[in-house]
Amino acid sequence: MGLLSDPNRRRALIGMLTRLNAPICMICYMAGVAWFMGLAFEPFTLRTYMSENAMGSTMVEERFPAGERALATGREFAAHKKKTGGMPVDWLVRTMQARGLEVYTQRFSRKLPFPDEDKERYMVKGTNVYGILRAPRAPRTEALVLSAPCSPGNENNQAVGILLGLAQYFRSQIYWAKDIIFLVNEHDLIGMQAWLEGYHHTNTTGMDWSPLQGRGGSIQAALSLELSSDVVTSLDLVLEGLNGQLPNLDLANLFYAFCQKIGVLCTTQGKLPRNDWDTTSGYSHAVQTMMLMVLKQASSRPWGDHGLFLRYHIEAASIKGVNSFRPYKTDATTVGRLLEGMYRKLNNLLERLHQSYFFYLMPSLTRFVSIGYYMPAFGLLALILLLRALDLWVQLSSPPTRTTEDGVEVVPASPGVLSILTPLVISHLTGVALYTLPVLSQELAVEHFPVSETEAVVLTAIAIYTAGLALPHNTHRLLAGEGTEQGWKVLKLVAVLYLAVLLGCTALINFSLGFILALTLVPLAAFITPHVPKTLSAVVMVILSPGLTLLFAVFFFQELQETPVTLQEGWMLYLSVISQGILDHALYGSLLYPLAALLVYPCWLLFWNILFWK
Amino acid sequence: IANSYNRPTLIQLQNTREEEEEQQTTAQQEEQTKRWEATELEEEHVHDAAVPPLAGDPPAADPPSPPPSKDDFQEELVIRPLHSGDIYASFQFRTVWDADFMGDQKVSHYRLFPKSLGQVITKFSVRELHISFTQGYWRTMQWGQPYLPSPPGAELWVWFQDTVTDVDGTWKELTNVLSGIFCASLNFIDSTNTVQPSASFKPLGIGNVTDHSFLRYATLPREIVCTENLTPWKKLLPCGSKAGLSVLLKSEKLFHSTFHSQAVHVRPVCQDPQCRTTSMELRQTLNVVFDLHTSGQGKREWSLFKMFSRTLTEACPLASSSKVYVDVTDNPQGEQFELSPATPLLTQAVVLGDRRTYSVYDLTQQASFGSSRSLNMLLRWKMLRPLLHSERYVAGYGLQAGEIHTLIYNHHPYRAFPVLLLSAVPWYLRLYIHTLTVSSKGKDNRPSYIHYQPSKDRERPHLLEMLLQLPPNSVTEVTVEFERALLKWTEYTPDPNHGFYVGSSVISALVPSVVAMDTNSTLDRPLFSSFFPCKEEASYFMRVYTEPLLVNLPTPDFSMPYNVICLTCTVVAVGYGSLYNLLTRTFQVDEPSPGLAKRIANVIRRFRGVPLL
Repeated sequence: MGLLSDPNRRRALIGMLTRLNAPICMICYMAGVAWFMGLAFEPFTLRTYMSENAMGSTMVEERFPAGERALATGREFAAHKKKTGGMPVDWLVRTMQARGLEVYTQRFSRKLPFPDEDKERYMVKGTNVYGILRAPRAPRTEALVLSAPCSPGNENNQAVGILLGLAQYFRSQIYWAKDIIFLVNEHDLIGMQAWLEGYHHTNTTGMDWSPLQGRGGSIQAALSLELSSDVVTSLDLVLEGLNGQLPNLDLANLFYAFCQKIGVLCTTQGKLPRNDWDTTSGYSHAVQTMMLMVLKQASSRPWGDHGLFLRYHIEAASIKGVNSFRPYKTDATTVGRLLEGMYRKLNNLLERLHQSYFFYLMPSLTRFVSIGYYMPAFGLLALILLLRALDLWVQLSSPPTRTTEDGVEVVPASPGVLSILTPLVISHLTGVALYTLPVLSQELAVEHFPVSETEAVVLTAIAIYTAGLALPHNTHRLLAGEGTEQGWKVLKLVAVLYLAVLLGCTALINFSLGFILALTLVPLAAFITPHVPKTLSAVVMVILSPGLTLLFAVFFFQELQETPVTLQEGWMLYLSVISQGILDHALYGSLLYPLAALLVYPCWLLFWNILFWK
Repeated sequence: IANSYNRPTLIQLQNTREEEEEQQTTAQQEEQTKRWEATELEEEHVHDAAVPPLAGDPPAADPPSPPPSKDDFQEELVIRPLHSGDIYASFQFRTVWDADFMGDQKVSHYRLFPKSLGQVITKFSVRELHISFTQGYWRTMQWGQPYLPSPPGAELWVWFQDTVTDVDGTWKELTNVLSGIFCASLNFIDSTNTVQPSASFKPLGIGNVTDHSFLRYATLPREIVCTENLTPWKKLLPCGSKAGLSVLLKSEKLFHSTFHSQAVHVRPVCQDPQCRTTSMELRQTLNVVFDLHTSGQGKREWSLFKMFSRTLTEACPLASSSKVYVDVTDNPQGEQFELSPATPLLTQAVVLGDRRTYSVYDLTQQASFGSSRSLNMLLRWKMLRPLLHSERYVAGYGLQAGEIHTLIYNHHPYRAFPVLLLSAVPWYLRLYIHTLTVSSKGKDNRPSYIHYQPSKDRERPHLLEMLLQLPPNSVTEVTVEFERALLKWTEYTPDPNHGFYVGSSVISALVPSVVAMDTNSTLDRPLFSSFFPCKEEASYFMRVYTEPLLVNLPTPDFSMPYNVICLTCTVVAVGYGSLYNLLTRTFQVDEPSPGLAKRIANVIRRFRGVPLL
């Protein structure tokens, strides 16, 4: 600090920073990206290990015998589902009662803000059925949840079968210390949301549900099972939840430990762990796995039914059965044994899962990158913003004096508050319009244009987004007159600091989202001035804008999933992703849409404003 | 002996009760017009077990049959849950034929009545015949009385016509023939095991025969009953085992039971109330007791399919009446168990001195089968609905605030009663008492008394006591918000992430009682009934405890306290200290230090008292 309090040395340091600002920024950017790419390189990552003592040292023996019977129950469930044309509530209640559970149902209904064309639903009405296995000699203070969705068509019948099979087997065991809740939820996440809100008696999204009649106390952990075939080749673990929340890493470790013990192939992001880290293909495999996780986390949506538990501080994950063309198959008994083992270990927990990491990335199921390792990558990018801000601050505090012909030094007048405030307010008003208008004006749009409601919402959003490009840089002139050189610098300083705070906060909550936004917005924030070539810069800015970032992310995600799409399909996918984003916000309270519309987009508009400063 | 001795008197008793019952039922019908269908009269004649009906017309539902020999067939199944948890199913098939076997013209044209039996009756001049095959012993202490009693093994008793001259010879011949018909070892009946009871076994049909020399009675206790006896028994039925109730008679299930008894009773009965002519009645009965505990579930639920591995799809087309009765006496308000499919038809009958209520399924009505075209009755025990119970949980999410919900259920159909709710909440949940709401049935329910003692941090917990009036048949919800306190780091338990317990709330209530309570001295009452003193006759004292709660408090990461402390201290010391320094210090450019001459001059000037340079 002596360095800063000494004016001479301070001047020297500042002088160096302003002189070398651009090269330092370049180096920081490249170092940030390189650091991030290095995260997938195996020697830089840590091997996963079980931190929780209660689960690590105790041994359990899995004895679940009745896989075939569970599958038969699943088929019976399928038949009843087909007959009732939806959730066979009566049958489920009867079957769970016959297995000795305390059975309750919950009805719920929800009107979506606009029709969901992906899942073809608008007015949703459904019933959740859950049975509670009361632990002997336990006071109903703790519970574990096993859930399986009742999906339309032939999906997930085996999951319900195994759930009921496990219920029957668990019922006859004496060692349970926590109540176990077996939940079959209808309409996947909407049903899950209704159940969780009912269980915790909150209402965050305005859904109608009937209050729950039975509870098991505080839920310690939950697993959601998705299984659509009698045999599986591998089990996939899905961790990403709402708003990029992740369960404790120990849950993933537990899953991996049992897969190893029982001998089941297990994957994350659908990718097997590989050992050839020193080859290019091995490294690129790890990068792909990690990038998939980053993209999924950045999307802020729940990627399985477990995703909504995380809001309630319940560690949860989804386990999906994958049946591919590999020769080696795993039968239902083995899957049941795996779940039995996991539940017995969770049953042994004395405290909630808390020993291991909550913030991590996984380049494979056996390796992880903790927050301490990945944060510097973002820090390097954020540093650029601070350096630019410092540069601007210095330029503003020592204004270049111009000497007129008379030899009188003229200090340019500092810009009025209004000239800064106006673009700021207008950008944010545009953001508010982008946030509110698409859903509000859907009826109007449907009346005047030949589009469906969903299309109307998405196209209105895109239209407002595009219209926003024209709006602010025209109006600020009308209001505040001619912009000055000082004016854009102050505006840019504000914008850069704004962006730094915004990205910093986002990255703390959801690293992936923060990093992806930083990757595109930071270079733009760094280079933009009114003096760069207008047309070229405008094109670059539009390409780096949040909307197009999303488009690229869609194509990139499809590429990583090995299901590449054509431009046309990609565009359709892009439109559906926007509508899903808006729906996720309305249905589950995902924060991506308001964040993008109310903060990121206005911030980007500020830079757009600077580019067209007159 | 006692059993058989009672028989005639019992029937007469029943007879007189029946008259009484008719009077009562009319009164009851007025009382409960909704529940009781006007099928009473029609139902009752089924239970006039042995005697000609005293009042009312003969069944109107007889199928049109040729006038000279009118015959009629009825089938019936009674299911009765027994106290032990077993299920008692009793089948009765009754064929009545207006033929006179003893008359002059020979009966040769058989329709519903089995020819094999008819010929036997004619040939051996049998007046009454009762034969039963039983496997197992009826456990009266556990099961109560059966509808039709029978001894283990085989029992046969026969009244011959008084025209028979050589009774012993005919008896010998008859047993051999019956032995062939029923595939049983009845041929082992001989004079060594045959008796002529003088009083016990009176004829159950009409006619007042007193000469017991025409009666023969024998039992074969060793007789083992199995499928080979069931098959000929079923062949006597008009529909065989093809349709009607008899499809349920699958031997693999009937003999997988704790008690099995099948019987055939032939006797003359009156054809009309005036008893001018007689008819022959054949009653085939089959009683079986299932123990559903052993067959899997360990539950008292049952269904037709679980018992018989078949469901009913149609009545026997030849039957004029085909009904299934389920004893629902123990379930008057429908609160104990649920019978599905539900039937609106109810009937009452006095059997064995006890008035029982039955749900009736009429198989001749297509509606009984529903849309699935099969009838599978099943009984499920409902959850108990105790008058008062409660539930408590923590609502909300996040580690800052929360809400405690206490639900108190009053299941009394029409009485409101007061309860006292006490909750003691530890101080680290800081209750916001202004958010306390009490509501029942969606309306605000103001407690008539509230005592609240606020907590003091680390000294005493919150105490909240209130007197609430619970409206009848309602849920009262008490909610109060709280904030989770941040504890000092030494105050956390060794397992802080497990959560912190909040003890049970206590609900003390005076619950309205159905029976008058004894308010007298407690001296001679049993100990378990005399703990809570009883002050009023109309209500009793009761205490209910809710579940304890497990609440998570904001918990620091104790796994590396050292790191945390070091890091925090460093950040505070280095970052904050120097920033503060930078922000508060004013920077001035130092003047270059004065030269030596100037300093000396200043010293001199100070001595002189003039201003320095």
